[in-house]
Amino acid sequence: MASRKHLRSRASAWDRKYSPYLYISPFFLLFAVVGLFPLVYTVWVAAHDWDLIMGQGEFVGFDNFAHVVGQRAFWIALRNTLSIFILSTGPQVVAAIIIAYMLDSHLRARTFWRMGVLLPYVVTPVAVALIFSNFFSQRFGLVNSVLDTIGIDAIGWQSEVLPSHLAIASMVNFRWTGYNALIFLAAMQAVPRDLYEQAEIDGAGKVRQFLSVTVPMLRPTIIFVVITSTIGGLQIFDEPRLYDQYGRGGTDGQWQTMTIYLYELGWTRSDFGLASAVAVLLFLLIVAIGIINFTITRRIATGDGRKKTASRRRFAKGVRS
Amino acid sequence: MSTTDLTHPRRRRLSQAAALGAAATLVLSACGGGADADSADNDADGDTEAPESLSVTTFNEFGYEELFEDYEEQTGIRIEHNKVDTAENARDSLRNSLGAGSGASDIEAVELDWLVEFMQYSDRFEDLADPELEDRWLDWKYDDAVDEEGRQIGYGTDIGPQALCYRADLFEEAGLPTDRDDVAELLEGEWENYFDAGRDFVASSDSAWYSGSDNIWQGMINQVEVPFETEDGEIIADTNSEVQGLYDQLLQASVEDELSAGLSQWSGDWNDAFQRDGFATMLCPGWMLGVIEGNADGVDGWDVADAFPGGGGNWGGSYLTVPTQGENVDAAKELAAWLTAPEQQIRAFEAIGAFPSTVEALESEEIQSASEEFFNDAPVGEILANRAEAIEVQPFKGPNYLVINVAIQDALNRVDVDGIDDPETSWDKFVNDVEAMK
Repeated sequence: MASRKHLRSRASAWDRKYSPYLYISPFFLLFAVVGLFPLVYTVWVAAHDWDLIMGQGEFVGFDNFAHVVGQRAFWIALRNTLSIFILSTGPQVVAAIIIAYMLDSHLRARTFWRMGVLLPYVVTPVAVALIFSNFFSQRFGLVNSVLDTIGIDAIGWQSEVLPSHLAIASMVNFRWTGYNALIFLAAMQAVPRDLYEQAEIDGAGKVRQFLSVTVPMLRPTIIFVVITSTIGGLQIFDEPRLYDQYGRGGTDGQWQTMTIYLYELGWTRSDFGLASAVAVLLFLLIVAIGIINFTITRRIATGDGRKKTASRRRFAKGVRS
Repeated sequence: MSTTDLTHPRRRRLSQAAALGAAATLVLSACGGGADADSADNDADGDTEAPESLSVTTFNEFGYEELFEDYEEQTGIRIEHNKVDTAENARDSLRNSLGAGSGASDIEAVELDWLVEFMQYSDRFEDLADPELEDRWLDWKYDDAVDEEGRQIGYGTDIGPQALCYRADLFEEAGLPTDRDDVAELLEGEWENYFDAGRDFVASSDSAWYSGSDNIWQGMINQVEVPFETEDGEIIADTNSEVQGLYDQLLQASVEDELSAGLSQWSGDWNDAFQRDGFATMLCPGWMLGVIEGNADGVDGWDVADAFPGGGGNWGGSYLTVPTQGENVDAAKELAAWLTAPEQQIRAFEAIGAFPSTVEALESEEIQSASEEFFNDAPVGEILANRAEAIEVQPFKGPNYLVINVAIQDALNRVDVDGIDDPETSWDKFVNDVEAMK
């Protein structure tokens, strides 16, 4: 009897101690299977000779990394990735905030406009890429034809570096701006309206309200959007792959991004070791740039931010005492 | 591989219906794998039921749509047809499936230029050798698909003997002969002779002589006996003076002499140029006839000349293979044999111009007398048969052939299409690319 009681209390102690871990374990199990394992396994593959079809070969340590870093194509891919990323993420976030701000005001047929900005996101990226690459066809494409009628020389959209990056960034922006705008819009609607009223009483105009109330209040959302578009932007694949008929990123790698380079190494050349080395380097790059972006965006309106946290702390103290 | 599925049709159907069908099959096949090492063996010990469906992956155009319908009617086997846009994408996805050990179709079409790569993994494909079919194909077509151990991993579909397609109307405007026999006489000879005719042409025409260097390159490189790799597996592409000589000769004609329209094959601009009198000639393997007819829809004047610079040449042509990982290898073998039989090859030729690779079909009345209305009623069957006979060289293609050829076409296009490099810098970059492969 006593021992059973003892057992029960022990069981309930275990229950209290361990079951919380059990409850949260699905996430960690899932993460271990689909997140951590592939990550570690990629590092493992990168340290071997590894053929796509024949599988694992000899252990080669850092040789794959050394080989990749010694390639001109790698550095070109790095340049292209960063360039397309900057050309897409920057304008995209700014435009998304502005669009969200406009949607947040009292518009007629509000739902229509809000659904409207999401439309490009619904279109599959493949269709977007096909249409845009048609626009930017060098010889007979729409863009160059229009430029021609207003007397501007044809631009080498598919032969020169910067124009091709601009064209690809425009695809990315077309697709993601509306999506991000809706995220910002949701965040904006959570901004207490009395803040705006107060600002208006203080005599702040619309622009001032936007800069001094809306943007600082959106800070966590901006961080979120910047981080997600950093990850997405650095892994950009569909758009450059479908930009011309071959999908290799141009005759001279003009728009070959890291992921396309990785794909070429792994699938066209069948060398998974090299491809995994690029994947690992890309991962490190994303982490590095993610951290940089995080610190930059945290500083958006820091002055405000610090004051606010300070006052909140004071407020909290006041309640407790 | 999943032999368990084959013997339990109901289970198969269920797992197919289930959302996790793929995963389930994987587990099942893993269980069954120990018992029977090879599904072919298993099938041999009894009559196997015909599968409900077979999947077939092809690329570009094979002209199989009607044939599949007929086969479905005859046998009741449903055929799932995956049509991949380009041969390169088909190759990549097949590589991926072989690597993963699953995902390949029951029948996978493989192109001549990358068949060699897959020869390295010939044990991943079923041996299709069948004594009854041995003499079906042209010798070289058959030999290319046989590995070192004598296993035949592919049934030949079409071949690509090349003729010259030309725009008679543009020829006339420029004062060149228009009759196909006269044109054949004009263009027969060395490549330089073909380029010379082009120099005359562009002097009195707004159109270019050909679409771009990469099109002409395929004709030139397919006449080089040992282009990129030796039989010992050494890569010689960057040091082969014959290759570099052709490269220089071609770019001289394309850029210096402005014979090229500066369009890269298969690009949107290239497709559009067919409607805009962009160029006057094109290298024409049989399968290209269908491409031209599609792109130049509504344009009059295309014709085919029974000539080819530098002797004959073969460009492309494909095989049907049966990856071992498939569930229905025997049924797939049967279908592949049926599709590549002379009668069916003739019908594919009639559909899209894929030129037969079987002896019987080549000699048949249907091929010999075939003509193409779009090409001014040119006797394309007879012309291509002549062109097939004119082929003297079957180049040696090693496992890196495709990748190297892609790199050199990029080199040509950097100069001819993009205009971002001169021939020397572009060649240096090509050498660099080849170094990275060694």
